[in-house]
Amino acid sequence: MSTITKKKGHEPLFHLTKRSSFPGWAAWIVRLLAIAVGFIVCGLVAYILIEDNKKKPQDLMEFFEKFFTSFYNGSFKLNPSASRRYNRIWEFFRDTAILQCIALAVTPAFRMRFWNIGAEGQTLMGALAAIGAAFYLGGTVPEWVLLLIMLAVALIVSSIWAVIPALFKAQWNTNETLFTLMMNYVAIYVVDFFLKIWVPTDSSLDALPHGALPVIENNYLFIILVAAALTVFTFIYLRYTKHGYEISVVGESVRTAQYSGIHVKKVIIRTMLVSGLICGLTGFLFAGKDNTITTTSIGGQGFTAIIVSWMGYFNPLMMLFSSALVTILNRGKISTDFGVKGAYEDVFVGIVLFFVIACEFFIQYKISMRKFHTATKEKEAVK
Amino acid sequence: MNSWLNFAISSLGFGAIFMYGATGEILTEKAGHLNLGIPGIMCMGGAGGCLALCLVAPLNLPGFLIVLAGIFGAVLFGMLTGLIYSFLTITLRANQNVTGLALTTFGAGLSRVLFGIKAMNHTTYLKFSRELFRQPFANRTDELQKLGILFFLALVICCVASWVLMRTKVGLRLRSIGENPGTADAVGVNVTKYKYIATLIGAGIAALGGFYSIIDFEASNEAYKNLEEYGWLSVALVIFSLWRPHLAIIGSIAFGFLYRCASQLTTLGGIFSAMTAQPLMKMLPYVVTIIVLIISSISKKRENQPPASLGMPYFREER
Repeated sequence: MSTITKKKGHEPLFHLTKRSSFPGWAAWIVRLLAIAVGFIVCGLVAYILIEDNKKKPQDLMEFFEKFFTSFYNGSFKLNPSASRRYNRIWEFFRDTAILQCIALAVTPAFRMRFWNIGAEGQTLMGALAAIGAAFYLGGTVPEWVLLLIMLAVALIVSSIWAVIPALFKAQWNTNETLFTLMMNYVAIYVVDFFLKIWVPTDSSLDALPHGALPVIENNYLFIILVAAALTVFTFIYLRYTKHGYEISVVGESVRTAQYSGIHVKKVIIRTMLVSGLICGLTGFLFAGKDNTITTTSIGGQGFTAIIVSWMGYFNPLMMLFSSALVTILNRGKISTDFGVKGAYEDVFVGIVLFFVIACEFFIQYKISMRKFHTATKEKEAVK
Repeated sequence: MNSWLNFAISSLGFGAIFMYGATGEILTEKAGHLNLGIPGIMCMGGAGGCLALCLVAPLNLPGFLIVLAGIFGAVLFGMLTGLIYSFLTITLRANQNVTGLALTTFGAGLSRVLFGIKAMNHTTYLKFSRELFRQPFANRTDELQKLGILFFLALVICCVASWVLMRTKVGLRLRSIGENPGTADAVGVNVTKYKYIATLIGAGIAALGGFYSIIDFEASNEAYKNLEEYGWLSVALVIFSLWRPHLAIIGSIAFGFLYRCASQLTTLGGIFSAMTAQPLMKMLPYVVTIIVLIISSISKKRENQPPASLGMPYFREER
């Protein structure tokens, strides 16, 4: 707004500058504070909305105690009964691992500022391909061969699904956000289509007898190990390889990349290929974990993963924390503890995310009051 | 009535859901903001409208006031939800994709919670559906009954939005912000104010789409569960209609037709009988959208492109 023509005193009250240096520990304190405030707001929202007076303590402090305990119980409570062969901690780590895998898949593209929001569809297609292999080949080949075939087809199909938008982005600069978004829904209906072929009469596909993931110790450790290996791989790939460097340069500035001789089109397609391969691996994990598929198998985690990746600054190691945080939020036992129906978990994920998103602003920018500023300047002038 | 005509009218009514969603999103995108929270906003709009109806039901107000209360509730909830997005992306310059997706998670979740609370009685709000919202065709037994007040409001809003965007000074300024906020700022347009107004009005309009779907088109207590998907279809329709609200009218009819085809196949008969064709038909709107997106990017016609600054935050000090 042209301040010259406007009357005096229209200057904005606040003045923003980008922080040049903000100590890392201070940034972490801000972030943790934001998460804490987010949790408290979640509690308040739940306090207002939960109506069952029998299960809801009237005292606010008592309510909060029960509220936080339900998150703790949902993720970390040990199961005392030995008859059940699992406890929640294992489940918590598995859920974190899967979310981490999808988040790793979107990260290379994001570092390139290629907004791939199609991880949901890419993972789903991988899972579909793996289930398809298990459906047709299950029982005819040895189990380990079947698993390898499942993995191979999942990798192929997912990477095709991911590379299609990349080709158009590289060739004609087609908007990738919208393209990948649409591909998610195409994938969902492709799954629906195959389900109608495989089980024409039934509403869902029963768990297949073949193609389960190998059991190491228990059903969870394999997935956790894969996720850990993938995290290390992606970290090294992005940080210490030429590919990773090229991705960063393209993300910073396409022009700079072109001038320095980087083949931008090639980088775009190759990076999406990597994304697609990781999605395919994750899809394979889904297929081997569930042994069945529905249109909602991924359950929106493809979208959540984008937020997880962003919260972890597109850094695979930091993303471990953000995926654990989101998993804790998702696994809270609010529904059973307070006897309520509805998607409270989604509300909490949303609220905490808003606070984390908002706090980034205060980490990046310094806010100074304009009035205070001029006042000090005047004082200096007097001197 | 002829079953084909019946079906055409039904898809017309169905398309109006996307008309609202897409018009709202077009206004938002013209200001340079890709709001992926539209599905969440539509869910919240549906919840807000129905909650408002439940609250005013015991007051025995005259009919038009009840209708206004419903619309007001939907717009209010939509705008409040949209305000979260606007504040985070405009004032705090957060990443629009991340904020939008978080908003969809939040809005869809909260609307499900709201539809479960005691104050939300589906017999109460659905009572008004036939009595008020489906006027003037409420007494018909065919699909024409679904073309109620809110359907015609959708047409009006689409045309008004198109006129404002293309024919007025305000619209010109808004479009210039979407193309290049720096230049618009230099010319003397208050970028922040315009962005806030556009995203908030956009959210309000989209919210009406959710409300319309529940109270008028589907008129069932289960309707709110489908809203999220309709929201994504609305985002698709924005591309399909090449960022023009008046084309969204045609596009919404096409989308409605394609999507409804799937569920009508069994009743309509004649063309397809196989159940397997259903998902393929439902896939079509998305595939067509992708094709439109590709063609518009190949043709490189300036007026068919997404707004140039779409998705990028504007920070005056960084010009």
